Amino acid sequence: MGRYVLRRLLQMIPVFLGTTFLIYVMVWAVPGDPFEGKCGERDCPPSYVAAMREQFNLDDNVFVQYGKYLANLLQGDFGKTSSGLEVADRIAATFPVTLKLAVVALLIEAVIGITAGVVSGLRGRGFLDSLVLVSTLFLISIPVFVTGYVVQLVFGIQLGWITPTVSKPTFVNLIVPGFVLASLSMAYVARLSRASIAENKRADYVRTALAKGMRPRRVVGVHLLRNSLIPVITFLGTDLGAFLGGAIVTEGIFNVPGVGGLVFRSILTKDGAMVTGVVTVLVLVYLLMTLLVDLLYAVLDPRIRYE
Amino acid sequence: MAALAATACATPAEPEATVDTDAGITIFNTEPENPLVPGNTTEVGGGNVLDPLFTGLIEYDPKDAKPVNAMAESFETKDSKLFTVKLKSGWTFHDGSPVTAKSFVDAWNWTAYGPNAAQGASFFSQIEGYSAVNPKDPDGPDGPQPAPTPTANTLSGLKVVDDTTFTITLSEAFSVFPVTVGYEVFSPLPESFFKDKAAFEQHPIGNGPFRFVSRVVGQEIKLTRWDDYKGGEKPKFKDLTLKAYQSREAAYGDLVTNSLDFMEELPPNALAGQKYEQDLGDRVVQRETLNNQTIAFPFYLKPYDDVNVRKALSLAINREEITQRIFEGSRKPADGWVHPLTEGYKPGQCEFCKFDPTKAKEYWAKANYTGPIILQSNTDGGHQEWAEAVVNSIKNTLGIDIKFVPTTSFGEFRQKVNAHEMTGMYRAGWIADYPSIENWLTPILRTGASSNDGLYSNPAFDAKLAEADKAPSKDEANKLYQDAEKIAAQDMPTIPLWTQNTIGGKSNRLKTATLDPFRSLDLFSVEVTK
Repeated sequence: MGRYVLRRLLQMIPVFLGTTFLIYVMVWAVPGDPFEGKCGERDCPPSYVAAMREQFNLDDNVFVQYGKYLANLLQGDFGKTSSGLEVADRIAATFPVTLKLAVVALLIEAVIGITAGVVSGLRGRGFLDSLVLVSTLFLISIPVFVTGYVVQLVFGIQLGWITPTVSKPTFVNLIVPGFVLASLSMAYVARLSRASIAENKRADYVRTALAKGMRPRRVVGVHLLRNSLIPVITFLGTDLGAFLGGAIVTEGIFNVPGVGGLVFRSILTKDGAMVTGVVTVLVLVYLLMTLLVDLLYAVLDPRIRYE
Repeated sequence: MAALAATACATPAEPEATVDTDAGITIFNTEPENPLVPGNTTEVGGGNVLDPLFTGLIEYDPKDAKPVNAMAESFETKDSKLFTVKLKSGWTFHDGSPVTAKSFVDAWNWTAYGPNAAQGASFFSQIEGYSAVNPKDPDGPDGPQPAPTPTANTLSGLKVVDDTTFTITLSEAFSVFPVTVGYEVFSPLPESFFKDKAAFEQHPIGNGPFRFVSRVVGQEIKLTRWDDYKGGEKPKFKDLTLKAYQSREAAYGDLVTNSLDFMEELPPNALAGQKYEQDLGDRVVQRETLNNQTIAFPFYLKPYDDVNVRKALSLAINREEITQRIFEGSRKPADGWVHPLTEGYKPGQCEFCKFDPTKAKEYWAKANYTGPIILQSNTDGGHQEWAEAVVNSIKNTLGIDIKFVPTTSFGEFRQKVNAHEMTGMYRAGWIADYPSIENWLTPILRTGASSNDGLYSNPAFDAKLAEADKAPSKDEANKLYQDAEKIAAQDMPTIPLWTQNTIGGKSNRLKTATLDPFRSLDLFSVEVTK
């Protein structure tokens, strides 16, 4: 187990280097002048452009640039943006907000998705099962930005139940954006757990347990659920990583001051230091999440061993 | 409306009784792109924060854009080259330190000094000694050679005479110079800025009607009314929150539900099909602002260097119809290169800006050109619709092969324009830096000027501009600038299309709120209902 974790952690190093290099190169390779729009409607004065090129080492070739960036990064220095803000401070300020949003979304997704999946999986064909199938199909077929705008229009503007955008990112205020963010994955979770339950329902160990005279509730709650949730947990784990990075659309619609908005704005303003910094952190989070998921397998299914 | 007026007459109530002078309002803003220092901010998000914090020598009247003295008691010159500025006395910064002639001179010197890399540096290029403090990079900022080190630390053209007087010497006579200094870049800075710049960026200290309270990066900036403000008028509300939105679309929802008090420009999706009129009703705030839309010609490319082609194309555009059909009247057809709201504007300067199919055909025949014509524009700012309408108007009138070629992003488009790599005529526009006729001519049309991307050049026009620059008074200068405009009109250096209205909106809490000609909220106009 220890050796397995160590090996996985070591594997992260090349992945980390490769992704940060790719991101770094791509950010600065985006066509267009990186100082366009920085000075309003007119071109920036040459002295300003020269100082910025100096700050971001733009006069070096791309490998030297990346080397310098990486050297600073390893010392914990994410660098500064062209607006003079510390990238690390911005990450520290926005990450908790997005984490909150992701946790809210994950809870909604897990609770509603698994419940719907388990109920319809156990009952088999019938009204409830059809309802779950149809509603999940509906959710899967609508992109998040449509759900987002519709929810905002109906509940925010027409009915006035919520404010159209999030003014303070508290857990309560994030429920609606969290719901929008979770809607698509919720449908997948429901279908995944439904299929898994339906399959394992007829497994030998379930029949044996029932034949032993065990109460059905315990059979479902302990034996069936635990084995059926392995694929679902995998999905949820990677989804948390995806939520952290992929909330750009949802955060944009509801004006949530999180990582998604930060990345989006930084890409638009060609703030290379910020984009690379944030995405680097996201890559690390994603790698750690997948490791955590893999370790969870062993907890759920003792037959899985790590050597 | 009539009923309202009648009640107002019946009970002559005090106007103050219905206005809450201690209220706070929240307005739309974008996240500032730069540290909050006036000399280092030339984009809108930062400008909206710094504008209420600082008061310069002159300010522009929010109604008619006329320059009026603010901190300047007088601004005198005999030859348009040496200006003597006298300041009003008794003004202080928010930290209590006095605003003196030195506060201006030091601030301007700091901004102009090359190694400080301030964005506003080029605004000081007309002052004597600029090339010594901000020497030109011989191979441009992208080239391998570093810029030479400055040979002076301060502008030789700025001299402090006493606490309230300083003189400005320009390297060339420039009659409208006093009009240009209303921009925030020319704001004074307190002593504390030069001692600790980082602390100032965290907590800017100005001399304006509002003072800085706090900032949450990426979310909001809070200002509050400064009760010791020495300017004549005082704001009629207390707290101002500038909320950073990721997009205008997101903010629009808040505006419709009255959670946001003011937004100076509505997003394209609200303007489409006049949706905003149903959503906002009488909460729409609209006015004509100092910007226009033109089509520029690449003079380095055939056939656009032929004056007959340029005249024919301009005459073939039905501006009236396009402004009505596409913009539903929110644009006004242009009749010259100068915006009607600016000092020195003379109507009807462009004789080839009227739709005239017969004359258009005549000029086209004279040009004797049979190849294709191309119109280029970026499409990310909602430009596609009118560009296609212009193309169709020309095609229907002249029956020629003309195409609209889109570019995806503004950045990419500007890069090609700057590199003189355009393959056809292209969309251009101008937003006034300062409200003077000069600003609509010199930067865009003078030979070698900063925004003369099409490389238009006419020695007679340049000479007239130079003459106007040297005129001893503003009125004489304006007349000469008008003559210059008339000279350029014969060349059709660009096609003026229309001037623009800005459409914004306010919440139902605001009794009044109006836009100024520079597309931002006139803070002094705001009245909050009790």
